[in-house]
Amino acid sequence: MMEDKILPGHGSGGKLMNEMIETLIRETLGRENVQLDDAAILNVGTGRIAFTTDSFTVSPVVFPGGTIGSLAVNGTVNDLAVMGARPLYLSCALILEESLEIALLKDILVSMRKAADYAGVKIVTGDTKVVQKGKGDKIFINTAGIGILDGDVERRPIEGGDAVIINGYIGDHGIAVMAERNRLSFSRGLVSDCAPLNHLIGRVSRDFPGSIKFMRDPTRGGVASVLNEVVKGREFGIKLVEGALPIHGEVRGVSEMLGIDPLYAANEGKVLMIVGRAEAEKIVKVMKEVPEGAYSRIIGEVGPDHPGKAYLETAIGGRRILPLLTEEQLPRIC
Amino acid sequence: MKSLKEMADNFSARVLTRDVRIMEVCGTHTTEFFRTGVKDIFPERLYLVDGPGCPVCVTQNEYLDRAIEIGKVHGVVIATFGDMIKVPSSYSSLGREKAEGMRVEVVYSPVDAVDIAAENPGIQVMFLSVGFETTAPAEAIAVQNAKERGVANFSILCGNKVTVPAVRALLDAKEVNIDGFILPGHVSAIIGVNAWRFIADEYGKPCVVVGFENHDLVKGTQMLLDLIESGEPAILNEYTRVVRDQGNLKAQEIMRDVFRVVDTEWRGIGTIPGSGLVLKDEFAEFDALKKFPVTPPPPREHPGCRCGDLLRGLIIPTDCPLFGKACTPERAVGPCMVSTEGPCSAYYKYGRK
Repeated sequence: MMEDKILPGHGSGGKLMNEMIETLIRETLGRENVQLDDAAILNVGTGRIAFTTDSFTVSPVVFPGGTIGSLAVNGTVNDLAVMGARPLYLSCALILEESLEIALLKDILVSMRKAADYAGVKIVTGDTKVVQKGKGDKIFINTAGIGILDGDVERRPIEGGDAVIINGYIGDHGIAVMAERNRLSFSRGLVSDCAPLNHLIGRVSRDFPGSIKFMRDPTRGGVASVLNEVVKGREFGIKLVEGALPIHGEVRGVSEMLGIDPLYAANEGKVLMIVGRAEAEKIVKVMKEVPEGAYSRIIGEVGPDHPGKAYLETAIGGRRILPLLTEEQLPRIC
Repeated sequence: MKSLKEMADNFSARVLTRDVRIMEVCGTHTTEFFRTGVKDIFPERLYLVDGPGCPVCVTQNEYLDRAIEIGKVHGVVIATFGDMIKVPSSYSSLGREKAEGMRVEVVYSPVDAVDIAAENPGIQVMFLSVGFETTAPAEAIAVQNAKERGVANFSILCGNKVTVPAVRALLDAKEVNIDGFILPGHVSAIIGVNAWRFIADEYGKPCVVVGFENHDLVKGTQMLLDLIESGEPAILNEYTRVVRDQGNLKAQEIMRDVFRVVDTEWRGIGTIPGSGLVLKDEFAEFDALKKFPVTPPPPREHPGCRCGDLLRGLIIPTDCPLFGKACTPERAVGPCMVSTEGPCSAYYKYGRK
């Protein structure tokens, strides 16, 4: 690491964070053990489980479309679901700041419970710590999760012509939280997409076994950052078609005001999938039957142009590279 | 009304009989030409030269050095637009100082900074007032607002600049060979088309005021190419839905009420007469320069940084030896790589194939 102090960018999901994980964290904790995916896949007895953990520090703790509690449940459920696991159990560790209102804590716990019930997972263990006033920001939550891998997780290789699918509107969560944080008076109608993905992914996996070549939930760093992960060092590039991108008008408007590209804004109820061209339309049709997939569509494809890069074909017919974000200007969105 | 695709195809297929160099004055245009993909469909032999139109980029190191010194010596809370956070000063940056414990708040409007001051009467809040004619009215309103509400713990550090004298200085310097200008839409909405007539009348260069949507960029560039080819030094307005000949008289009046014009220094260009704005004496109580006297350390430029040459249109970002190597958005050496409107940032983010 070149920096001698932690900067906001070290938690942005971008280049700085990746560097820190590689050169400091994995190096120190044991490169051979620390897996880089959203969850670790572990052999336990005769079966395999997915195991993950995630901390939530979002400010404000209540935002349109969710709370830090529902976010913690769905975020962890989704990290398991995109690894092909069936989420079963979560932990809930609370770090509470002295003077937090009990009524607010109760609201957050209620939203956690509701989210867990809807996702079909159980919160089975936890921990509570209180820090002095001024040493935290109301409440931080850590949730670890365990899911079971029922089937084969081997995925077929990505190839030219494959389709990129998303299950709905892009950038809602990041922009809704930003708008709420900044008391932007024009933010009505901006709602986080906070939702669990396990029902949707489960349905696609059941109806089209082995068809998903890649999937990831584009949280911090958004859609563009995930696509950069897919193409890194590969022989192919990924093209997104600007005209096909589902982006709410309000999100577009606020993004422009804030100077943020919605393709880099966080989502908390979205999955990006790469599937074979032949099955793509059928998969989208099935996804639309699940509430979390009502607005699913194909937004791009894998191809030979710009190998190792994700790019956008703009409305005017030009091309613009979508590089890996370096540092997010968004303070604490999850 | 032609379809967008048809417009784009016609533009892309246009045959130029010689190399044509046009300058976009505005930083938002720099970014939008890339972001919309319009630069990608430029006809052969058309070259875009970046002008001095990014307010963060042309802010001299001394300004940030002073802001940081005021923060340290007087313990004020610094409120700023997000763009300024990562810009390197001579010895540090606001982001680094924030990590060291200085209170730096990102705001989206100068009035938000007045609100922060009003809500926290025990602290001094200083807003970094940096920008062109587009933001100056809002900054003027914030000062008026603080005065009306009696928010005595609010101040601004004036770094405001006006664009017309800078373009004139570029033309006078005769360093750059430019065939025509793409003029800024937002700035022109405030100052009006008439403020730019001198470019055609006195310097014989055609120019077009252009908006920011992809069709604006294509149509505006086509209009400019038509003028260049006809040899007619005229000024046209493509952005008629927003920009008037006279501009926004109300906004101009607010600026005149609060600010007075002074000579000021631009990064890479030097001192330009009549190109800076400072608070009038009747608003002295909100003038951080007067309120918080400091002696900043002597400013220094980063060795090898060519932001100055870039802002004069002498080079493009990829000509700088630091570009993409020693200077990247996450570890920027010069401001043009940091600001969202900076040419290097646009080239780095969108321009690499």
